[in-house]
Amino acid sequence: MTMNNQGRPTKASDAMETNVNTFTGNKALMIEEALSFEVGDLSGSGVDLPEAKNKTNRLGGLERNTDIGLPGLSEPEAMRHFVRLSQKNYAIDMGPFPLGSCTMKHNPRLNEKVARLPGFADLHPLAPESAAQGALELIDTLAFWLKELTGMPAVAMSPKAGAHGELCGMMAIKAALEARGEADKRVRVLAPESAHGTNPATAVQCGFKVEAIPGDKTGRVDLEALKAKLGDDVAGIMVTNPNTCGLFERDIRAIADAVHEAGGYFYCDGANFNAIAGKVKPGDLGVDAMHINLHKTFSTPHGGGGPGAGPTVLSDALAPFAPLPYVFLEDGKYRLVETLHHAEAEDSGETLGRLTAFHGQMGMFVRALSYMMSHGRDGLKQASEDAVLNANYVLARLKTEMTPSFDGPCMHEALFDDRFLKDTGVETIDFAKAMIDEGYHPMTMYFPLVVHGAMLIEPTESESKRELDLFCDALLSLAKRAKAGDDVAAFKAAPVYAPRRRLDETAAARHPVLRWTPPQQAEAAE
Amino acid sequence: MTVKYTEDHEWVKAEGDAYVIGVSKHAAEQLGDVVFVELPEVGKTFAKGDEMAVVESVKAASDVYAPISGDIVEVNSAIVDEPAKVNEDPQGAAWFVKIKPSNPSELDALMDEGAYKDFAGNS
Repeated sequence: MTMNNQGRPTKASDAMETNVNTFTGNKALMIEEALSFEVGDLSGSGVDLPEAKNKTNRLGGLERNTDIGLPGLSEPEAMRHFVRLSQKNYAIDMGPFPLGSCTMKHNPRLNEKVARLPGFADLHPLAPESAAQGALELIDTLAFWLKELTGMPAVAMSPKAGAHGELCGMMAIKAALEARGEADKRVRVLAPESAHGTNPATAVQCGFKVEAIPGDKTGRVDLEALKAKLGDDVAGIMVTNPNTCGLFERDIRAIADAVHEAGGYFYCDGANFNAIAGKVKPGDLGVDAMHINLHKTFSTPHGGGGPGAGPTVLSDALAPFAPLPYVFLEDGKYRLVETLHHAEAEDSGETLGRLTAFHGQMGMFVRALSYMMSHGRDGLKQASEDAVLNANYVLARLKTEMTPSFDGPCMHEALFDDRFLKDTGVETIDFAKAMIDEGYHPMTMYFPLVVHGAMLIEPTESESKRELDLFCDALLSLAKRAKAGDDVAAFKAAPVYAPRRRLDETAAARHPVLRWTPPQQAEAAE
Repeated sequence: MTVKYTEDHEWVKAEGDAYVIGVSKHAAEQLGDVVFVELPEVGKTFAKGDEMAVVESVKAASDVYAPISGDIVEVNSAIVDEPAKVNEDPQGAAWFVKIKPSNPSELDALMDEGAYKDFAGNS
């Protein structure tokens, strides 16, 4: 027989457990990636361009006479740099993303395929109407279904994220108050204590004064407390439904009626529409304006994965103030109303004007419509039901070791507080950091502010029972370890296996380093 | 006069004909590491309950309300330069402002040390 006797050992070595400090700082595939400035040569360039011919300087002495100092990376260097960084990132394509109120659901590949069709992907935003009929029809079709699903008469498509949609809605409310001659009188906006931070921020941005509406002991708006705050100086309320505790506001009709009776408007934060899409029409709840996060409910990428999109539906009372541009159908052709002049001609002269340069997030529109069309009316309803079912499954499994903040079932997200960690020495942040070592992105922590040490978990409908069980098993094991109390130091040290351990947030806030400086300059400055 | 407290976790203490105001030890602990403080200008007038100053920690930004009405006669710029002092000595060196009250009887409505301790323990 022939034998390979060249000496390659095939058994694991006894020294396998030894930690090795590598020369490079890399740990196999975990690369310590330098900044692009440090990878590339500042005086060089990654591409060779020929010297320009006929170089005439027309800058009249205003030209730069120092190097601009950009990193000069070659294509492979640039490619490796960003791929290495991307590999340190967590993504919905890698595992569950349980961030409550963020709705990190799977982004179906079909959406991506459709969005890459050249007719959509290569269309220029300034293309003439005649060359953009398909895109305009898509915007109009998506608008139709958004109005249909929400039971609202109008939708502004151009807002580019949830908070931008809030701005659109609150600007429409302001415009409506101005038209009524009551803008100077109606200066207060009410928002629950559990509101997303963007709600009060938006109201203040629009010149309103914000007041908190207290919650009741079930985690919902206290209707009587709200009524006590209403008056003829109230512009409106901003309420999220389901709210940020993952609970349906059962008094929502009574809330809307009370606000309308007092002469105010009802802005609904639609961030959690994914729990009720296909089940409840916000128009039936008395809503005057609501943004819809296409990147949440309708599965388009977000959170660094792509731009958000926040179309905002408007009631009859606010529709005349909708921003430009908008699409309409005339003699079988889709047309855009882009200017105030045109809007006046079309008898919608009260428009609040433009919010963005173009028509909104076109790529997200294509993805959202693809999601809607592939799911159908029944599919959208089932997605909402499955999202709620998954959240309740997580709630039911975790409540054996963790403490839900409110009794009863939840909607699309389950809220826990830190009572189960009382006297263990482990805090919410330690618990969240330990999840990173277990390979999970933490849940939303310390929000909403109405419970202590909040942990808000939103599994979405994307996760299978197997995936949910693995996730719950990991969290239950962490909760047991924390309660056993012999492991506090390990929690405080977490994450151990992340490329970076715990960062000093205080130092970062007190002494932020916002700009890279070349080493010789940094030395000189010291 | 002893130290008095508001439900918004400010403390007030008499000093001459003015009152020193700061945030309570309990509040400083709850805020976490303070990274930024904004104080009003000397000479500004506030009504009780007005937003008077801002403290920002790693966790959140919070308004500090005027516990009594009056004019600002002095501010502690040392805590603007070194916000960490608010965590180190909130009820001493890290006072915020001194107010000359326009209605000293407003002080009667505030809590004493014992009442505040009960209040903070339950909040």
